[in-house]
Amino acid sequence: MAREAQSEIQNPIIRVRDITVQFGSTRVLDGLNLDVKRGEILGFVGPSGAGKSVLTRTIIGLVPKVAGSIEVFGVDLDSSSTSQRRNVERRWGVLFQQGALFSSLTVRQNIQFPMREYLRVSQRLMDEITMAKLTMVGLKPEVAERFPSELSGGMIKRVALARALSLDPDLVFLDEPTSGLDPIGAGDFDELVRTLQRTLGLTVFMVTHDLDSLYTACDRIAVLGNGKIIAAGSIADMQASQHPWLRQYFHGKRARAVMG
Amino acid sequence: MGSWGYLLWVRARAQPSDSIRFLRLGTGADILSGDPKLERIAKGNALALCATGTWTASFAPVLERMVADAEKLAGGPQNIFIDVSEVAKLDTFGAWLIERLRRSLTKGPVEAQIAGLSANYSSLVDEVRRVRATAVVDSSPITITGMLEQIGRAVAGVAGTVAGLVDMLGAVLAAGFRVLIHPRSFRLTSTVHHMEQVCWRAVPIIVLITFLIGCIIAQQGIFHFRRFGADIFVVDMLGVLVLREIGVLLVAIMVAGRSGSAYTAELGSMKMREEIDALRTMGFDPIEVLVLPRMMALVLALPILAFLGAMAALYGGGLVAWLYGGVQPEAFLLRLRDAISIDHFIVGIVKAPVMAAVIGIVACVEGLAVQGSAESLGQHTTASVVKGIFFVIVMDGVFAIFFASIGM
Repeated sequence: MAREAQSEIQNPIIRVRDITVQFGSTRVLDGLNLDVKRGEILGFVGPSGAGKSVLTRTIIGLVPKVAGSIEVFGVDLDSSSTSQRRNVERRWGVLFQQGALFSSLTVRQNIQFPMREYLRVSQRLMDEITMAKLTMVGLKPEVAERFPSELSGGMIKRVALARALSLDPDLVFLDEPTSGLDPIGAGDFDELVRTLQRTLGLTVFMVTHDLDSLYTACDRIAVLGNGKIIAAGSIADMQASQHPWLRQYFHGKRARAVMG
Repeated sequence: MGSWGYLLWVRARAQPSDSIRFLRLGTGADILSGDPKLERIAKGNALALCATGTWTASFAPVLERMVADAEKLAGGPQNIFIDVSEVAKLDTFGAWLIERLRRSLTKGPVEAQIAGLSANYSSLVDEVRRVRATAVVDSSPITITGMLEQIGRAVAGVAGTVAGLVDMLGAVLAAGFRVLIHPRSFRLTSTVHHMEQVCWRAVPIIVLITFLIGCIIAQQGIFHFRRFGADIFVVDMLGVLVLREIGVLLVAIMVAGRSGSAYTAELGSMKMREEIDALRTMGFDPIEVLVLPRMMALVLALPILAFLGAMAALYGGGLVAWLYGGVQPEAFLLRLRDAISIDHFIVGIVKAPVMAAVIGIVACVEGLAVQGSAESLGQHTTASVVKGIFFVIVMDGVFAIFFASIGM
């Protein structure tokens, strides 16, 4: 058992091998390989429509794949039993692009929903933890009794993050967390992800288009193109890369503005 | 002052005392197995609570009980330390429970201290310390006055419903007149599309159901009329009933369930995703773009469907009369020609467009009233079908009185 724990620390938290995903005759992902290391924030970039969200959804199990294997926490998701899979699902949190909050539940009920399902704790503790999560994501306790339709875009993202974190997962998937936020809000969000990663020891898989996020929040960057990972490494590696899309992305007008 | 006290405590613990060594040995095994523990060690004026093991969400029920037990120690004169140096794993749940314990043990001037915090958990504990434990206002329980209030609001809401329907009727008529003046702004493509959905695709199911109803009416009629030797009158009953009432009423109810609900759900989800607001800001009138084509399609479709339904019911009835009642097809048709006049047919078919308008208006009003949540969409779709059917039956009654008084 101790050896198992040891190997889990050394092995990548997500190991994707030769993944192929196809919609009809269009091949979106074509033999893709990717490792996400424990405790890192991985920024995942690529042109619009390249399949970034598809990869995220494939790893989470929402999109069926044609070939390849996915291991999360050392568990092969194809051959795992239902209980193993539930165990894995309990250890990850997902922030969807649009928040995907349950519209008929209040913010408090949204955050408590996974707790109610997986933990047997008192209502008092759930309420207190909800307040703790709201404080962590930078929201006021008053927000707790509001419905998602009464929240602003930035607040929805924060509440969705609080819900993704509600069971204290080891791994969170963030699908474009800063899209639709103002630059200050986006900066705060990057800072927040950084802080949470430090305090909770999270591993973060972040799909993003935001250059600021890549510079300030991410430890490592992976680039998707033509259904494969075309580059992975630090921001310096990305800037040094000769790939035309990467050159355009990291040396374009916007990138220069971010770098100052 | 606190840290000084803790130093004293640590020194006391470092001295090899049998009881303490025993305790340390005990916890060593527990760390491996992961079970969280909270032990009390008293030394002089200081009380230490040693937290060990895994303090995470999975152990939350155990942790909560232990912390609740330890909270009873509050109010003692001692300095209290919560030693977390041997905690194997900590998350928000564990950190909060330790913080809750610290808060409840802090009485008066003596503040309980958290000690032995490792660097990687200190930011988490700091984070949790900022949390204000505000009592959550529970939603009000169900009371008799509350229920009475709900009934009152529902009754008062009826007036609002009628006003909403009249409002929509006016808006649709106004949009219709605008389109009459500028025929180019009429959305023919959209209307044809909805005609396909509402009329063409509804034909199989409507023909099937009305056919079966026709069969059942004929069978029941023959079964009971046979006792009086009045078998042949089943044709009169079938003809009058189907053409005047059943044909159109049944079809209208099916259309309310099939297309009214679809309209409400479509418009409702468009409302939820701000598509209707987008139309407005682009200078389009949602009534003209969305409601009018749907209404037109429904008003044109229902008479067609009612006619097809009536024919299917007569066919089914005739078939049963022949196979079950022994009424030859020629006899059936002869009798039918005598029993019914064109008036019966007109009475039935005239009702159809009016009922279609009622269904359409109810469905569109409900669709545009959808609020932000999925629950609201469900409620309004249900309301659309229920109200649609209700108004169809009310209209049918009004028509019955009207035709009776003009002698048709």
